[in-house]
Amino acid sequence: MADKQTHPTRRQFLREGLWAGTLTAVAAAAATLAARARDDRRVWQIDPYKCIACGKCATHCVLNESAVKCVHSYAMCGYCDLCTGYFVPEPKDLTTAAANQLCPTGAIIRTFVEDPYFEYTIDEPLCIGCGKCVKGCGAFGNGSLFLQVRHDRCLNCNECAIAAACPSQAFVRVPANSPYLLKGYK
Amino acid sequence: MSHRLKLCVLLGLAMTAIAFGVQRFPPPQFETPHTIPTPTTPLPKSVTVEIVDTAVLAAALALAAYLIHRHRRRGWIIAMSLFSLLYFGFWRKGCVCSVGAVGNLTLAIFDSSYALPLTVLAFFLLPLLFALFFGRIFCGAVCPLGMVQELILIRPLRVPVWLEASLRLLAWLYLGLALLMAATGSAFVICRYDPFVAFFRLGANPQMWVISISFLLMSLFVGRPYCRFLCPYGVILRQFSRLSKWRVTITPDECIHCRLCEDACPYGAVQKPNVEWPHDQRIKARRRVRALIVLLPVIALLGGWVGHQSAATLSQSHPTVRLAEQVRLQQAGLLARPTDETTAFAATGQSIETLYSQAAAKQRQFAIGATLLGAAMGLLCGLTLVRTHICFRQDEYQAHRAGCVACGRCFISCPREHLRRNPKYPTIAEGSSPC
Repeated sequence: MADKQTHPTRRQFLREGLWAGTLTAVAAAAATLAARARDDRRVWQIDPYKCIACGKCATHCVLNESAVKCVHSYAMCGYCDLCTGYFVPEPKDLTTAAANQLCPTGAIIRTFVEDPYFEYTIDEPLCIGCGKCVKGCGAFGNGSLFLQVRHDRCLNCNECAIAAACPSQAFVRVPANSPYLLKGYK
Repeated sequence: MSHRLKLCVLLGLAMTAIAFGVQRFPPPQFETPHTIPTPTTPLPKSVTVEIVDTAVLAAALALAAYLIHRHRRRGWIIAMSLFSLLYFGFWRKGCVCSVGAVGNLTLAIFDSSYALPLTVLAFFLLPLLFALFFGRIFCGAVCPLGMVQELILIRPLRVPVWLEASLRLLAWLYLGLALLMAATGSAFVICRYDPFVAFFRLGANPQMWVISISFLLMSLFVGRPYCRFLCPYGVILRQFSRLSKWRVTITPDECIHCRLCEDACPYGAVQKPNVEWPHDQRIKARRRVRALIVLLPVIALLGGWVGHQSAATLSQSHPTVRLAEQVRLQQAGLLARPTDETTAFAATGQSIETLYSQAAAKQRQFAIGATLLGAAMGLLCGLTLVRTHICFRQDEYQAHRAGCVACGRCFISCPREHLRRNPKYPTIAEGSSPC
């Protein structure tokens, strides 16, 4: 307090001036940025047409079990007996034996619908998002299997670790109210 | 206009061709009744969660201000820290935080197409606003990154003043780099190299784990190494805290120069009282300051040159520049086999010239940014040197306005503070001899 009486003038005046200036600057910055900020929140998603199924989604996610999983657009699927997303190239026979399957975790369920059609469903808890089936389906099939960020799992990191590693820059920010880029659906 | 229309039509046709091109097998016409399922689309967490987060941040800051400025009990401050650590760290998984928001804000300023979420803006501004009034209370009891280091500090080493001042320049450099990377749209560096996010999520890539564990180990023996020597948001908070309306006081009562607070502070933030320098030292210091001020432009230029030289390396952090580099290597036949990046680029059908020109534009941005950053760092180094030759008079032991992180350790150490709280303590009557 004694200090204040001996030097009341210059330093204090400067300090208070700067304080008021900074406060005004913060308020102005807040107003400008708030006007430009939008309340439509954005979340991460994979553009399936850019994705090359390199397999980094399975390894680079901060979650131990990636937030990226395979999604199946059934309407696009050919319901093939020899599904190149399900079977390894040149399978021994077209059965559900593990040796024939492309999926490392056996996360694709193959069910018979009618001759010669089979339906392929993703068992999501088992899927690790490695994209092996996506590659197979895209190479020889209709491309109805593709990778998507599942928003019940995604933490929506500010800097998505997979997006940083994605070689095809397929990770985009999409509005949170329509957070999926599904193939074959509008 | 008609040209643009034609282009749109052509583009649309091309897109449909691509879309239909992959339809190698027509979807079946089932004879048995079979409904084709649709994929599930679970929604992200609702916006209410983010509003709650912002409200909790504001409430936590207000409570911290009360605890640090009025209540002044270290135990309560620790309790508050624990809550912040659990809520902002482990519950919210440390994202988005005020520290990382620096990147979003910069990107929003430089790239108008980036939508800045309001929550991020609030997380960035609220602690700064509170710092203008109460000092760094955000660091003291709210920031989860600070709380980890605060709570595990067991044997603080004293960092010499010169080392502390030099290391602090690292934080400025880190802030500068983060701004450069965010402004060019390369990366949110602060988030990518976050010290404790791996710990909060109990899962991350190996590089993040290495960073987390080394900072955890360091924090056992050095008080808040990240906050003091690296935190880019801390740098901004420091400047705001310098101007704060109310500073964190060791005791509102009169200082008795017992030096106990100086020993209690593990962050070297208690300033000793000093007397004015003797005449000849003052003259010498004044001469040095003059010489340094003359040298400042030279140091800044030198810094700018170093920045300009490092621009090429820094620009490699941008994906387009990296991709252009790989495509260039591929064109020159220097790649043994196509990489994932070049394969993906070939699939887009984009022309190589466009990619090269995009990369060149990015590199120009980096050249300008890195030069400015280098010059600013040079200037800052110069000013740090100038600062060592200026004597600021001070009569009491005081918490440094910028350096104090408001942990409250000095409150318990101060005997005047004990007396103030418990007026019933036996005291030495004024005027009588203590023995």
